Amino acid sequence: MQATKKKIDIDYTKYDFKDEIKYVYQSKRGLSREIVEEISYWKNEPDWMRRFRLHSLEVFLKKPMPTWGADLSEINFDEYIYYIKPTDRKGKSWDEVPEKIRQTFERLGIPEAERKFLAGVGAQYESEVVYHSLREDLMKKGVIFVDIDTAVREYPEIVKKYFGTVVPPEDNKFAALNSAVWSGGSFVYVPKGVKVDFPLQAYFRINAESVGQFERTLIIAEEGASVHYIEGCTAPVYSEDSLHSAVVEIIALPGSHVRYTTVQNWSKNVYNLVTKRAVAYEGAFVEWVDGNLGSKVTMKYPAVYLLGRGAKAEILSIAYAGAGQHQDTGAKVIHVAPYTTSNIVSKSISKDGGRTSYRGLVKVQKGAVGVKSTVKCDALMLDEFSRSDTYPYMEIDEELVSIGHEATVGKISEDQLFYLTSRGLTESEALTLVVLGFIEPFAKELPLDYAIELNKLIKLEMEGAIG
Amino acid sequence: MPTLEVRDLYVSVDGKEILKGLNFAINKGEIHALMGPNGSGKSTLAYTIMGHPKYKIESGDILFEGKSIIEMKPDERAKLGLFLAFQYPVEVPGVTLFNFLWKAIQANNLDSTSPRVSKLPKSVIDYKRELIDRVKNLNMSEIFIYRPIGVGFSGGEKKRMEILQMAMLKPTIAFLDEPDSGLDIDSLKTVADVVNSIRSQDLGIVVITHYQRILNYIKPDFVHIMLDGRIVKSGGPEIVEKLEQEGYAWIRETTAESAD
Repeated sequence: MQATKKKIDIDYTKYDFKDEIKYVYQSKRGLSREIVEEISYWKNEPDWMRRFRLHSLEVFLKKPMPTWGADLSEINFDEYIYYIKPTDRKGKSWDEVPEKIRQTFERLGIPEAERKFLAGVGAQYESEVVYHSLREDLMKKGVIFVDIDTAVREYPEIVKKYFGTVVPPEDNKFAALNSAVWSGGSFVYVPKGVKVDFPLQAYFRINAESVGQFERTLIIAEEGASVHYIEGCTAPVYSEDSLHSAVVEIIALPGSHVRYTTVQNWSKNVYNLVTKRAVAYEGAFVEWVDGNLGSKVTMKYPAVYLLGRGAKAEILSIAYAGAGQHQDTGAKVIHVAPYTTSNIVSKSISKDGGRTSYRGLVKVQKGAVGVKSTVKCDALMLDEFSRSDTYPYMEIDEELVSIGHEATVGKISEDQLFYLTSRGLTESEALTLVVLGFIEPFAKELPLDYAIELNKLIKLEMEGAIG
Repeated sequence: MPTLEVRDLYVSVDGKEILKGLNFAINKGEIHALMGPNGSGKSTLAYTIMGHPKYKIESGDILFEGKSIIEMKPDERAKLGLFLAFQYPVEVPGVTLFNFLWKAIQANNLDSTSPRVSKLPKSVIDYKRELIDRVKNLNMSEIFIYRPIGVGFSGGEKKRMEILQMAMLKPTIAFLDEPDSGLDIDSLKTVADVVNSIRSQDLGIVVITHYQRILNYIKPDFVHIMLDGRIVKSGGPEIVEKLEQEGYAWIRETTAESAD
C-alpha cells in the first residue's frame, strides 16, 4: 500500500514542474496585428500565409465569444503571450535539443517511448517544435512527418492545397484565433498505399505562465494509406491561466485509415479550446480516440465529415472532471454520402463538483441513404456535488437510415461497492476499480504504455475519493 | 468459544425490523443449513454479518473468534476470513474476474500473520495456476475468468463465480446465500462437488436455502429453521426430512405451542 502511494506521488510531480529557460524571443502580452506580423516574420513565411493570418485575425476580432457550452467569461485575450520561441534550433536528435528542454521531455518519458514503440516523434515546447524524428524506412517510402512550419516552407504545394480547408478561420472564434497566431504542430503526409505500422507521436508542453499554445496539425492520408497519430499534452500549475487552442485537420482520401489519439492532461488552469475535424472520402475510415483528464475548461468536439460512399467514423472519448473542471466534449458526424457509418461512444466521470457535458451532433443529409449511426453516452457521477449533462443533437434529413442513441447517467451503487468490499477491497480501491472498468472500452484502444499511464492518472485522481 | 457467534441480534432495514433477537453460533469445520420461508430473515443475517451499510444493528452483537466485529467495514471483515456468496452477484462492467480476484487476494495478503492468508497465492503466476485449476473443477471454460464480473453471466455462471471466489479466498466462515436457486441438477451437483472438495477443518459453511435438494449433496451437520427473524428450531439433518414432509406449517405450529 505504502509503495503504491509513493509511486503515485512521484508520478504527479512528473507533470507539475517548471523550467527556468531563457527564450530566444517572447512576444509581449496581448494580441494585435503587430503581434501577428511578428510571428510571421520570425517564421520567415511565404506571403500567402502572412495574409491568411491577418485575414484570420480580422475574423477572430469580429466573431463574438461563444455563449453556449462552458463558461469562457474569464478569458482575457489581452493577458496572454501569443508567441514564445524557446530555441533557435530544431533537433533531429535529442542531443541537439537544448539541455533543459531535453530534460523536460526525458522526465515526461518521450525519448524512451520513442525507442520502444514509436515510428516518429515531434516535441513542442511553448510555441515551437524543438525536436522531430521519423524512422528512416518510412522516410524512404515517402512518408513526411515534420513540424508544420517546416512543411509550409518545404512542401508549399501540398500545404497550400489543404491548409485551412477542413477548418476554415470562419468556422469559430477559436479556429480563427489559431489561424491568426498558429505556431508549431505536425504535418503528416502518408503516400498512396503506405501503411505506417507504428504510431507517430507529438508531445505538447506549455512551460511558461500565461502562455498561449496554438499548434496546428494537418494530416493527409493518400488513397489506401494508414497512420496512427498520438498526441499528449501537459503543463505545470500556475496561478495565471494559460490558453491552448489548437486546430487539427485530417484529410482521409479514398480507402485510407487514420486514427488520431489524444490524451490531454493539461494542468487545471488551462483553457483547452480545440477544433478537430476530418474529412473522409469513399471507403475511408477515421477514428478519433480522445481522452480529456486535465484542463480547467475543455471545449472539444472531434468531427468527421463523411463525404464518400461507405466512409466510416468512430469517435471514442472519455472525460474526467474533478473540482473546478468543466469538460464540455463530444463528437460531430456529418453523413453527406450514402452508406456511411458512424459510431460514437462517450464516457464521462465527474467528481468533487466537477462538471462534464456531452455535446454531440449526428447529421444526415438528404440523399445519404443507408446511413447507420449509433451514439452511446455513459456518465458516471461519483458524488452529489458533481454534474453531468447530455446534449445530443440529431438532424436527420433522410428517411432510409438507421440511427441509434443511448444515454445512461449512473452512480456507483451501494450494492456494487458492498460486493467488491466484501472480498477485501477498501471502499476507495473498489471505487477506483469501478471507474477503471467504466473507462476500459477507451483504455483498451490505447497503446499499452498509454493505457497504463491513463490508469495511473485515474487512480491518482480517485485517491481520497471517499472522505 | 465458537468461531462466529451471533448474540440476541436485532436488525432493521429502512426502518423495518427484520431480525428479532437472533442467536446463532458456528465453528470451523462445521456445515450448517439455515432454512426458512421467504422473508424470514436468512439473507438479512448473512448481509448483516458481512457488514452491508443498509442493515442497521439495533442491538445485540456479532463476535468473530470472541471479538465484536459490528464496527468493522466489509473489507475488514473479509480480511478476518468472513465470506458471503451472493444470491445475486452484481455486474461490474470492464473489470474482469481475473483482475478483481487478484486484487482481492492481494488485499487479503496484507495481513501476513493470519494462518488463513498463508494459504493464499502470493505471486500472480501461482494465482493464475490455481484459478485455472479451480475453474476447470467447476466445469467452466478458462475464458470465464477474463470476462467482466457478472456481465452477461447466466444464473448458473453467477453461482459458480461465487463458489470460485470462495475457493480462492479460503475463508474461515462462509455464507452461501441460496447457492442452489435457479440451478439445474447437473450444475447443482457441480457446485456441491466443489463445495465438498474444499470442506476442511479450517472452514465453516452456512448454506442458506429454501429447499432440501442441495442438502442431499452438501450434508449439513446442523440445521436451523428461521421464522420471522429468529431461529426457532435447531437440530440435526433429520429436521430436513421432516420439513420436507410436513412443510413450514409444522414449525409454525410447534413454535406457536411453545410460545404459549
